[in-house]
Amino acid sequence: MSILIDENTRVVVQGITGRDGGFHTLQMIEYGTKVVAGTTPGKGGQTAQGVPVYNTVREAVKETGANASVIFVPAKLNAGDAILEAVDSGIPLVICITEGVPNEDMIKVNAIIRQRGGVRLIGPNCPGLISPGKSKIGIIPGSIFTPGPVGLVSRSGTLTYEIADELTRAGLGQSSGVGIGGDPMIGTKFVDVLPMFEADPQTQVVVMVGEIGGSDEEAGAKYIKRMKKPVIGFISGRTAPPGKRMGHAGAIISGSTGTPQAKVAALEAAGVIVANTTQEIPELVRQAISRSGR
Amino acid sequence: MKIHEYQAKEVLARYGVAVPANAGVAATPAEVRAAVEKLGGTGVVKAQVHSGGRGKAGGIKVAKSPEEAEQIAQDMLGMILKTHQVPQGIKVEKVLIEEPIAIIKEYYLGIVPDRDSQRDVIIVSAKGGMDIEAVAEEDPDAIARLPIDPLLGLTDFQLRQVCYDAKLDMSVVNKAVVFLRQLVNAYIGSDAVLAEINPLAVTEDGRVLAADAKFEIDDSAMYRHPEFAAYAEESEEDAIEAVAHKQDIAYVRLGGDVGIICNGAGLTMTTMDEVKRAGGHPANFLDVGGGAQADRVRNCLGIVLSDPNVKGVLINIFGGITRCDEVANGVIAATKSMDIKVPIVVRLAGTRAEEGAEILAQSKLIPAGTMQSAAAKIVELVAAAA
Repeated sequence: MSILIDENTRVVVQGITGRDGGFHTLQMIEYGTKVVAGTTPGKGGQTAQGVPVYNTVREAVKETGANASVIFVPAKLNAGDAILEAVDSGIPLVICITEGVPNEDMIKVNAIIRQRGGVRLIGPNCPGLISPGKSKIGIIPGSIFTPGPVGLVSRSGTLTYEIADELTRAGLGQSSGVGIGGDPMIGTKFVDVLPMFEADPQTQVVVMVGEIGGSDEEAGAKYIKRMKKPVIGFISGRTAPPGKRMGHAGAIISGSTGTPQAKVAALEAAGVIVANTTQEIPELVRQAISRSGR
Repeated sequence: MKIHEYQAKEVLARYGVAVPANAGVAATPAEVRAAVEKLGGTGVVKAQVHSGGRGKAGGIKVAKSPEEAEQIAQDMLGMILKTHQVPQGIKVEKVLIEEPIAIIKEYYLGIVPDRDSQRDVIIVSAKGGMDIEAVAEEDPDAIARLPIDPLLGLTDFQLRQVCYDAKLDMSVVNKAVVFLRQLVNAYIGSDAVLAEINPLAVTEDGRVLAADAKFEIDDSAMYRHPEFAAYAEESEEDAIEAVAHKQDIAYVRLGGDVGIICNGAGLTMTTMDEVKRAGGHPANFLDVGGGAQADRVRNCLGIVLSDPNVKGVLINIFGGITRCDEVANGVIAATKSMDIKVPIVVRLAGTRAEEGAEILAQSKLIPAGTMQSAAAKIVELVAAAA
């Protein structure tokens, strides 16, 4: 098992004829992901990276049975609208890689998704997700992941890779890795992903990688109190000054919210062992697995 | 992007939000004198800096005559205004000249995005003119909130309700409702991520006005607001940050002496944390972005080294799809073309990390195996140089 995606997931790439869309389509296909269609308005009938291109997502779904979409449409070409097109075409899993989608657009998109129900949006401004050995959707480098018992969920990209790489080198594979994104108005939060790992038979331990800004880690901690599986935490930006946005639009300490101290305290109160450095994570994971006796 | 009070008031006026009459901004005492003459001989001179608490710091002064205004401007323009929010001070380059208003009541209005509910939220309080965070702490009941449904918009009864909840004077509720609706239009229409009217002033002559205005525009939405392009220059608070942002480099100056170049925001923050743990002080946050090609690394190094405090640089790159051997060659090519006088420690991780390390070993750069050892190494070298 794994969460959200596996070898049966059929992917449509929105923005497949763009530079990034094309490049990562090839990477996904090489990894073994079933990329069944692409879309670019006005380029229907062509093929890109050997994949048929359609004008609309609706047509792509009808012709190929795609059940997940990944969006590489640039922010300036209205990536928020691309999300809504996927939702309107009946796609149940939408992954938006695009960075820089305006806040106001995401507020509307998330409201529409909540109203409709039955759709899971991951991102925007996220690296995507991977179920090692089965499928990857987005821009995550597949080579540093390997199948195993660790569920990985993170607000960042390269920091997730760093941790996955350390886990893999330590012989600890992953059930799935999910990059939920660094924006303030993301579709999927820690509190949405944690129950999936809790229910997934392959996952024995969860590594949750948070950062300064917002209170998603605190909300996640509330759920963790009810979890049976152990959770190892990590918070980046512990030394970042308040009021300064650290790259991610969501990574900012404003007033008394979003501080690393509050996040570490909430996680520890929920029984999470919070690592001080990424280096400590593999050993903490190993100990958690042996304690839970699996 | 933070914009100045005078710019925020330009935006507000465009949406019909009531603001005091003004004679524009001025950068010289003569201009300030002329502006006050234009307003009829009296005026308020307000320093245009990105900080609250300007009044207490001496950044807002009333002039009873054009002569007095000129005198005030002579003192204020060019001064380093030290506020409680920015204790190190900000240089005053421009002042706004407004009509004096006789305030009988001060309220607070704000609009901010709330991440938990994923909505914009209106905040109203009868306790205006002071720091809203302090009000929230001391008297949370004095603050009323109204989330905006993005699919429905706002109804008048909701707007009245939030004014009642905040215990505004009954006599001004109708005016406040009109004001709020226009403020929301300005906020949504200009893709703001912060609108704060503190105080919202009720005047002796019965007007409801934005006495002050704080606005922040969503950086991600700038592409669809060409009207704000002119504001971007003035929003910069640091000269090096201004140069970096022109090159589309995510750079934040932090004041220490260890320069940092890294890819990805989370990994960059973690690298800063490691430098601090090793006893050093990060000079900056810099996310080089994907790929780490030679040109890009060269530009980033140029930015980091333009900070005179920097005594050493730590480059920490995770090579995923761009492999570490490619990154190593890119970093070496970038540094070869530059005259660099400080030590540079490079740590590469990810795909083909070992090959990357071998390539680095042939160069003048100092390789490190882990993020922790890299941080320790650069901190040691910087300390030795001091």
